[in-house]
Amino acid sequence: MNLYALLGALEQGFLYGIMALGVYLTFRILDFPDLTVDGSLPLGASVSAVTITAGHSPYLALALATAAGFAAGAVTALLNTKLKILHLLASILTMISLYSINIRIMGGPNVALLGTPSVLTDLEGLGLPLFQVTPVFFLLVAAAVTAALIWFLHTEYGQAMLATGDNRQMITALGVNTDNVIIFGVGLSNALVAFSGALIAQNQGAADVNMGVGTIVAGLASVILGETICGKATIARACIAVIVGSVAYRTAIALALGLDLGGFSFTPSDLNLITAFLVIIALSLPMLKRRFAR
Amino acid sequence: MIRAAGLNKYFHRGSVNEVHSIRDLSIDIDQGDFITIIGSNGAGKSTFLSCLAGTHALDAGTIAVGGTDVTRWPEHRRARFIGRVFQDPLMGTCAGGSIAQNMALALRRGQRRGLSRGVKPADRELFRERLKVLGLGLEDRLQDRAGLLSGGQRQALTMVMATLVRPELLLLDEHTAALDPKTAAQILALTENIVTAGGLTTLMVTHNMQQALALGNRLIMMHRGRIIFDVRGQEKAALTVEDLLQKFHGQEDAEISDRMLLG
Repeated sequence: MNLYALLGALEQGFLYGIMALGVYLTFRILDFPDLTVDGSLPLGASVSAVTITAGHSPYLALALATAAGFAAGAVTALLNTKLKILHLLASILTMISLYSINIRIMGGPNVALLGTPSVLTDLEGLGLPLFQVTPVFFLLVAAAVTAALIWFLHTEYGQAMLATGDNRQMITALGVNTDNVIIFGVGLSNALVAFSGALIAQNQGAADVNMGVGTIVAGLASVILGETICGKATIARACIAVIVGSVAYRTAIALALGLDLGGFSFTPSDLNLITAFLVIIALSLPMLKRRFAR
Repeated sequence: MIRAAGLNKYFHRGSVNEVHSIRDLSIDIDQGDFITIIGSNGAGKSTFLSCLAGTHALDAGTIAVGGTDVTRWPEHRRARFIGRVFQDPLMGTCAGGSIAQNMALALRRGQRRGLSRGVKPADRELFRERLKVLGLGLEDRLQDRAGLLSGGQRQALTMVMATLVRPELLLLDEHTAALDPKTAAQILALTENIVTAGGLTTLMVTHNMQQALALGNRLIMMHRGRIIFDVRGQEKAALTVEDLLQKFHGQEDAEISDRMLLG
């Protein structure tokens, strides 16, 4: 792997790491397996792309995309808490709805962002090659988001959110409306995912309705990989681990795609299969370990 | 004062599995009452507590606390005046959170939770002070995860948490039933200390008649969703286990004769 590919993997790792933080929030903190993310990542991308092509600032585009993601997550949580639809099914319903909605937003299956301003435009003035500056920039963004999430999870409300995922009966008895916490938490998670999607669209210069396929699996892979590498002893450690896991995951994929096994090589379309295998192994490893230890 | 009037609760209403768990139950609980509740399995003791706490919605009846009708209040809203300890020691604490985090959650019971720090350094002294009373050494383990504690330690912690903010009503649902006899005795002594020191209005469900007689100023016996026996003060103090057994058997005899009549 050359330096160019490595920097590319880092960049992707930080960008998708923000998405993975969203997955961590639902999957690990709230214990709410949420597939909405497969729809909210392209939602963020499409809202961002359409805002920019309409001539608005790329920063406004990020803000609107984040808000749209929050709304999408809140819908899933409302379906679950108020209409008592199973969380997994509720998130699938929102996800497939978002497919139609995203095409409506973009007026088609994709929008190209060629020659339009992005959050990276301002970095061009630094006089350094962009492929070196962008990974650093996205590292800073990912670090800021991680720090904000760590701070939030240590606030009174954040602690109530942790407790909601851990022991709902207990925190209800202590006066917390867990429905509201879940709505806010799943909303926040999808806000992060949409924010990530918006950045990805601006970075790669296009938004596509199919760019979200496999988001949940990639997010889970990052979360689990991160836990394996860094551990999860404290909240701060677990959050940082998600970003580390995301970078490790993207690096592994870049390596896999670069492999040449005598005529056979992986194509990007093989990614979902490889990732699914990775997640299956990681999820079943603790169980298999116990079985063989006996 | 807490006034429950005409409470009725069904489970699986309208199906073949219908259970009429609470039947026309009315009770006035005075300020400072420490009531022990006994009754056979299925008598509706735990359901009654759950109805007061708001876990179960009532099919009929009203509940008022100090003149405020709370019948339609959801569980989390009633939490502002109710402290609870469950039978399962794992139910009352967050296994993943530290002792300090758990206590900080309890310290905000009934209040708005905002974006200030969850565990405030200033509160640690209060936590230590309250834990010291237990004599379990938990005051030096504020950073330890609650999941590392034994069942008895977790139940003691839950007891402290339930009373950290003074509750208008303390609900203890067989909170020593899942513990070994020695630990159960410790938790019971702790309960008595906390309740009498604070003069807390308390309902305690128990299967142990000795406990029911030893603790509290009032005793009620439930059977088939009704209160069939309610004594307090001197009269309660004079009761013996034999008296209670007689009451129990009296009920069973009545049942048998009912069944024979119907048969």
